[in-house]
Amino acid sequence: MRFVFKTDYNQDIRLLKHSGYWWSYGALLAVLIAFPYLVGSYLQSQIVFVFIYAIVGVALIILTGFTGQASLGHAAFLAIGAYTAGFLQSQGISFIVYFPAAAIITGAVGAMVGFPALRLSGIYLVIATIAFAFIVEEILARWESVTHGNEGMRVRTLDFLGQPIPRDSDAFYFLCLLVLVGSILLALNLLRSPTGRAFIAIRDSETAAKSMGIDLAGYKVKSFAISAALTGMAGVLFAHKMSFISPEMFTLLLSIEFIMVIIIGGAFGVHGAVLGAIFIVMVDPFLTALKDDVPVLGASLATMLGMAPDAAGKLRETMSAIGSAAGLKGAIYGLLIMMFILFEPYGLYGRWLKVKLFFQLFPLYKKATFKRQKTYVKSERNR
Amino acid sequence: MSFFTVDKISLQFGGLKAVDSVSFSVEKGEIFTIIGPNGAGKTSIFNLISRLYDPTSGKLFFEGRDITEVPAHQIARLGIARTFQNIELFENATMLANLLVGRHCHTTTQLWQEMLFLPSVRRAEKEHRRMVEEVIEFLDLQPYREKLIAGLPYGVRKVVEVARALCSEPKLILLDEPSSGLNVEETDDMSFWIRDIRTDLGVTVLMVEHDMTLVNRVSDRVLALNYGKVLASGTPAEVQAHPDVIAAYLGA
Repeated sequence: MRFVFKTDYNQDIRLLKHSGYWWSYGALLAVLIAFPYLVGSYLQSQIVFVFIYAIVGVALIILTGFTGQASLGHAAFLAIGAYTAGFLQSQGISFIVYFPAAAIITGAVGAMVGFPALRLSGIYLVIATIAFAFIVEEILARWESVTHGNEGMRVRTLDFLGQPIPRDSDAFYFLCLLVLVGSILLALNLLRSPTGRAFIAIRDSETAAKSMGIDLAGYKVKSFAISAALTGMAGVLFAHKMSFISPEMFTLLLSIEFIMVIIIGGAFGVHGAVLGAIFIVMVDPFLTALKDDVPVLGASLATMLGMAPDAAGKLRETMSAIGSAAGLKGAIYGLLIMMFILFEPYGLYGRWLKVKLFFQLFPLYKKATFKRQKTYVKSERNR
Repeated sequence: MSFFTVDKISLQFGGLKAVDSVSFSVEKGEIFTIIGPNGAGKTSIFNLISRLYDPTSGKLFFEGRDITEVPAHQIARLGIARTFQNIELFENATMLANLLVGRHCHTTTQLWQEMLFLPSVRRAEKEHRRMVEEVIEFLDLQPYREKLIAGLPYGVRKVVEVARALCSEPKLILLDEPSSGLNVEETDDMSFWIRDIRTDLGVTVLMVEHDMTLVNRVSDRVLALNYGKVLASGTPAEVQAHPDVIAAYLGA
C-alpha cells in the first residue's frame, strides 16, 4: 500500500495524485489508442457506443451522483443534441459550429427543465423529467418541417473542415474518445472546485448548503444545464454514428439504460460512468451470444454428458426459445438494477475499490470496512 | 446601534406562536446565550436569523443593516455562520470537502473558469485551503482531513460543524446546542473553544444551550425564553435567580 507524504496543497488538487496514476492511466490511454488497430470493426463500433454512453454517464453522474437530482429524461437531451446536429448539418452548417451549438441549445433546454427541480425532489422530479421526455418525443414526431416526423432523418457523414469522417472510421473513434476524455476532465475539474463542492453539498443537506451561502436555485439549474449540454454533445456523436435518427430511438427505455449506466457503474465517481457504459453496451453482444451460441453449446455439452440426441435437440430448442424471448433484455435489465441496488449500491467501481483494498491490506482486510453506520436522524429539514 | 439586533420578531405557524415579539441585541465580541425549556422557540429564532424561516413580523439588524429580507444563501456572505442542533454535515464527503464548502461564500471564480481549472482557480483553491488549514489547526482536526463524515464519531462531527462555520470567516457565529450529545470532556473542550472563538478570532457568539455549567462558564449574557416569549435577560446568575425562569423550569 502506498502512503503519499504530503508537503504541498497542490498534491491534493492535482488529478494524477502520484506516479501510480501516471502508469495506470497512461497504460489505459495507450491501449485505447491502439484499439482500432487491434480489434475488428464490430468491436470497434461497440467501443464507440461505449464512449457515447460513457459521456451520457458522466453527465448523469454530475446531475444524479453529485447534485442528487434524478432524471429519466436524458434520452430527450440526447435527442435534442442529435436532431440539432442533423438539422443544422442539412442547412449546410459546419461541424465545428453545430457541435458546440448542439451543446448550448441542449444546455439551455436543460436549464429550463432544471427550474421544476427547485420545487420538486425525488420521485416527483423523476416524473417531471419523464413528462419532459415524452413532450420532446412528441415534438420530434410532429415538427415535420425540421425533424421529418416519424419517417426519421438521415444524418450525412460527418464533415470536419472538408475532411469526411465516416462513422466506421478510426478518426470517428478518436473523436468520440476525445469528447469522452474532455467531458471526464470537465467533470473532475468541477469536482475539485467550488461548484462541484456546492453540488455535493446540495445532495447531502440542502439546509446546510443554503446556510453556507450556496444558492440552491442557481446551482441546481447549473447542474441540469451542464448535464444536458454534455448529453447534447453525446447526441451529436450518436446521430453521426447511427447515420439515421427517428423519434422512436429516444424512448423511455433509452433513459432507463442511461440510469442503469450509473447504477451499475456506481454514481459516486466518474469511473462508474465508463464501467457502467461498458457493461450496458456489451449486454447486447452477450444476448446475441445467448441466442445463437449458448443453445448449441449447451446441447453438445448435454450430449457429451450422455443425453440422448433427440432430448439434446429439444433442450437446444428450449434454450434458444428462452434466448430469443421478447422482453428478455428488459427482464435482465430489471433484474440487474435490483441486484445492484440490493447488493452493491456503489456499483462496479465500488466493487473494484473493495477488491483493490482487499489486496492492498491483505491479510488484514476486515469484512466490515465498508459497512456504514446508520446516520443520525435528521429532524428539522427546513423544506 | 448594536452589532446585532432582533427587534420584536414573531413567527407564527398557523395558530401557534413559536416566537412571540422577541427583542434582544448582541454587542460585538460578546457570548450571548439563549436558554429555555424544549419548544421554547430557541432554534426557531436561529432559523429566523439564518433566514430559513420568514418572520411573521419584526425585523433583524446586523451591523446596522436590515437583513429581514435578505435571502438565506446571502446571510453567510454578510458574516453570519451557523451550526445545527442535529448535525447537518455533508455525510458522503471528506471533512476537508466539508470545510471547503464553508469557504463557498468567498468564491471568486466563475463556472467556466472552474471547468477549465484555470490558474486563477488553482490559486483561489490554495488560498481556501490555507484558510481551512488554519481552522483545522485551531480545532485540532488534523487526523480527520481525508475521512468521510459518515465514518466519524458524533463528538468529532460536532466539532467539524463548528469548523465549517468558522471557515466562512464569520463575524457572528450561531451555535445551536454545541454541547448536545457530548461527554464531559468534550463539553470542556467545547467551552474552551467557544471562548477562544470570541477571544482569539474576535467572532461574536450567539448560542442556544441547555447545559447550564457550560452556559455559566462561557456566557456574558443570557436570555431565557419560554413559549416564544422572553422571560428574563442579564448575566447568567441574574437569569437563573429570576422567579419566572425558576417557575418555567421547575413549575410554579
